[in-house]
Amino acid sequence: MRERCLIIVTLMSLVSLPLWMGSDYYINIASQILIWAIFALALNVLVGWSGLVSLGHAGLFGMACYTGAWLLEAGWGHFTAVLGAFAMTILVSAIFGALSLRTRGIGFIMITLAISQILWGIAYRWIGLTNGDNGIIISARPTPFGIEMDTPGVFYIFTLIVFLLTMLIMAIFYQSPFGVSLRGTRDQSRRMSALGFNVWLIRFFAILFSGFFSGVAGLLFLYYHQYVSPHVLSLLNSAEVLLMVISGGTGTLLGPVVGAGLVVVIKNVASAYIERWNMLLGVIFVAIVIFMPEGLVPGTQRLFRWVFSRIKSIGAAIKSEAS
Amino acid sequence: MTLYIILTINSITMGGLLFLLSAGFSLIFGLMRIPNLAHGALFMLGAYFGVTFLRMEVNFWIAVIFSGVALAIIGGVIERLLLRRLAGQELAQVLVTLGLAFIIADVCLLIWTGDPIPLNAPESLRGVERFFGIVFPRYRLAVVVIALILAIGLWFLLERTRLGAMIRASVDDPEMARVTGIRVSRLFTIVFALGAALAGVGGVLSGPILSVYPGLDAEMLPLALIIVILGGAGSLPGAFLGSFVIGFIYNFGQVFFPDLAYVVLFLPMLLMLVLRPQGLFGKDPL
Amino acid sequence: MLLFLFKMKIPLFCLALCSVLVSSFLVVAAYAQDADPIRIGLMTVKTGPLATGGIQMEQGLDIYLRSVSYTIAGRPVEMIVADTGGSPAVARTKAQELVERDGVDAIIGPLAAFEALAINSYIAQVGIPTLSIAAAEDMTQRTPNPYFIRVSSSSAQASHPMGHYAAVDREFRRAVTIADDIAYGQEMVAGFQRVFEENGGRVVAKLWPPLNVAEYSAYIAQIQNVDVVYMAFAGINGLRFIRQYAEFGLQGEIPLLGGMTSADESILRNMGDEALGVISSSFYSSELPWPANVDFVSRMREVYDVNPGYYAVSAYLEAMVLHAAIDAVGGDTEDKAELMNALRSVELEDSPRGYVRFDEHGNVVGNIYIFEVQQKDGRLVNTPIKTYENVSQFWNYNSEEFLSQPVYSRNYPPAIYLGQ
Repeated sequence: MRERCLIIVTLMSLVSLPLWMGSDYYINIASQILIWAIFALALNVLVGWSGLVSLGHAGLFGMACYTGAWLLEAGWGHFTAVLGAFAMTILVSAIFGALSLRTRGIGFIMITLAISQILWGIAYRWIGLTNGDNGIIISARPTPFGIEMDTPGVFYIFTLIVFLLTMLIMAIFYQSPFGVSLRGTRDQSRRMSALGFNVWLIRFFAILFSGFFSGVAGLLFLYYHQYVSPHVLSLLNSAEVLLMVISGGTGTLLGPVVGAGLVVVIKNVASAYIERWNMLLGVIFVAIVIFMPEGLVPGTQRLFRWVFSRIKSIGAAIKSEAS
Repeated sequence: MTLYIILTINSITMGGLLFLLSAGFSLIFGLMRIPNLAHGALFMLGAYFGVTFLRMEVNFWIAVIFSGVALAIIGGVIERLLLRRLAGQELAQVLVTLGLAFIIADVCLLIWTGDPIPLNAPESLRGVERFFGIVFPRYRLAVVVIALILAIGLWFLLERTRLGAMIRASVDDPEMARVTGIRVSRLFTIVFALGAALAGVGGVLSGPILSVYPGLDAEMLPLALIIVILGGAGSLPGAFLGSFVIGFIYNFGQVFFPDLAYVVLFLPMLLMLVLRPQGLFGKDPL
Repeated sequence: MLLFLFKMKIPLFCLALCSVLVSSFLVVAAYAQDADPIRIGLMTVKTGPLATGGIQMEQGLDIYLRSVSYTIAGRPVEMIVADTGGSPAVARTKAQELVERDGVDAIIGPLAAFEALAINSYIAQVGIPTLSIAAAEDMTQRTPNPYFIRVSSSSAQASHPMGHYAAVDREFRRAVTIADDIAYGQEMVAGFQRVFEENGGRVVAKLWPPLNVAEYSAYIAQIQNVDVVYMAFAGINGLRFIRQYAEFGLQGEIPLLGGMTSADESILRNMGDEALGVISSSFYSSELPWPANVDFVSRMREVYDVNPGYYAVSAYLEAMVLHAAIDAVGGDTEDKAELMNALRSVELEDSPRGYVRFDEHGNVVGNIYIFEVQQKDGRLVNTPIKTYENVSQFWNYNSEEFLSQPVYSRNYPPAIYLGQ
């Protein structure tokens, strides 16, 4: 009951955020956090649940951005552009999977990195196709059911709906037989094979699933900024989203969301006050890996439990002393 | 024709430079099984140290050595204080090196400002050599020679000394090495320091050619990765060959496939990972 | 909406009510803040590879505001610096931060063209006057933004005169161009090529190294059998190219011409003899002799110990123009459209770069100079050797005809003499 209340309050405050946030600026920050949270959740499917660390997810994210932008620029409607972007992202994810699933661990990191660097190289250098460094501007956000999304509040609500749907699907996915077998391949891949599961196929589908939501995030990013440039495909971008997942807590639902919030806030908000925000980001990152290797969300929970148990034991000690 | 000759010579110099960058990277990768994502940053830091030493009117070669020593100390400290705590957790180690790369880059910006700074080559090596009417900068030729000397030195260290034997044994089979009484954890510190020192030396030596500027780290790191994947982690001959292969691909690719310059650079890495994940000379697949 | 509120349970209703109250308080507080000072937002890059130019912009702006004691039209001035880190996505957020949270009256910046493009639609949407150094041609040509104004130079504005100088004054006939493969480099080369070829020159090869190439030797190897080399580089690439050009023994053999930022003061301060003799065209160098500039340079040297270059002077000029415009509207910066009109009608008789006014597209009309790198008092400086007066972004072409043609790019105007 208490949990349900908490969820309702959180939901209410999220939905009503445009009302109490006051400034459009913070509403926009909130939208960005949600977009990155979706991306981080997508990566978490691989990093957290499959034990496959990808350092090239910006490649999938960026493919959705670029495909959407191309189709819109070529005069297609938003519906086609979105469908096309998903198709392309799934296709590229399949290529990712086919190439990278031969290895695990560091090898997987390296292959994903190589593929995303190739995509970045194309976006950056093949100017006839991508307009190079100057990127592509798209003129308008879509108007689903005739609703204009030009104001930050409306776009935020739209992003929030997509985000909540993503959370819901992720939660269902996590508990589904497929999610369970996916975690099985992470922990006991040999045993899973012996039990007759096709480990390769399970992982392959996980990559497609992750790629699809990276594409969702990519499209939201495209519509949010109405602009795409090769920066979205850069190694830095891949590293940042990985940072979000790991700093928040891999394998949890809330962790990637918290991580996304942390990174977006440092990059966009804290950088206004702290000139050396890059260093801050690095220090926080190193500190998390060293002191809270499981990530912020599980780490904080552990901390709380520890503090509570200390208080309890102290309380018990005082009681026994008194008696 | 002249173009081809010049490109060939350029490729060889570039290969020499890349070997300085990737030799340490490969040793660390091979022994500790982590791609040290701070390697580009260490390379840049080395170059900046070179700037400071040269401004103090230190002789160029002394500056190279000082810089190498400084980086060895920094590398040792990083390994002892940070990576050691995460022994066995490869992913966490990779992430720490990534965080360090952020920090080092920002510290460099703070100390040396964002201005690009070229290093001056030693007086005796400025100017050009002419072969059959083709002009070639003397310093670049010197870099190739230095790279060769260092390669031979490293080979000697690995193949002919006790320390080298221990490192090789640990690269091949860390468990076995531990059983036979090799203190693998101490080797980690030594190799990480050595790798950082090589990056530092490479940074200073590349200064007169590349100059040093914020962003140098991000330019060099992917090249080091490609080379090590091609050559095989932990393999010195692999790093050597990989460096020259990439030197050639880089130079010829830029001229003949300008639009796909990065594709031809990363494609060999991708193919190698897919077809032969242990690299040309590596023993274990990644 | 209200109905929705009443259907909620009581505690939730209280929560919602509280949040509404808080938000209205915040809104009121935000407006109350907006009373007195003029807020100028500087969008720049202070971290990452582009930081050097960004830091100089801040210095230039600071020097100007100090010279007017941080007071314009009787109102105190507040400078708010936003660091984009050179990322277009962050640039957009930072623009929002400056406008929506800090309530700035005008934006100076951003630095890179891709940043300007990333915020282009936003500044038009909210109507915030933006004074940028981003040189992308079309921002003041085919797709002008009513809230965008440029007081430095469009990409080709300074390279048209260089084409003329190379072909007519120096009588070079065969040129190879080498430029960063981004719109900035492409547009500079296109402008150079067009005027150079119209005056009898031929561009026989065009080389396009990527922006972050480590090494230029593969390109330098392709420079053969020409009278002159034209380079168009941004940021630090000019320094690397000039050094490697000298390293391969081409300095003094084949004259080296450059675009605006190729031999900027920020680069020269770390260079040696290898830069001597480089000829570049730009709207400014710290060597321009008139008092307005001597004064500016001496203050820059006094406070920051540097010779100002492209980035510092651009921010300084932008502040000057903004000052003149705010004076013209009597210090009232509320009406942004009116402020924008005032900005576009500013005429500066004597600025560090000389006389300045704006064309109907919001781009500057002013002198372009040809400079040569020389040594003076132990520093390398760009000494002016020729002046082209009151150059517009259209050179001496008819503006309507110019605008009916495609924007300058890698392939336009077509290079018909390649390989000859």
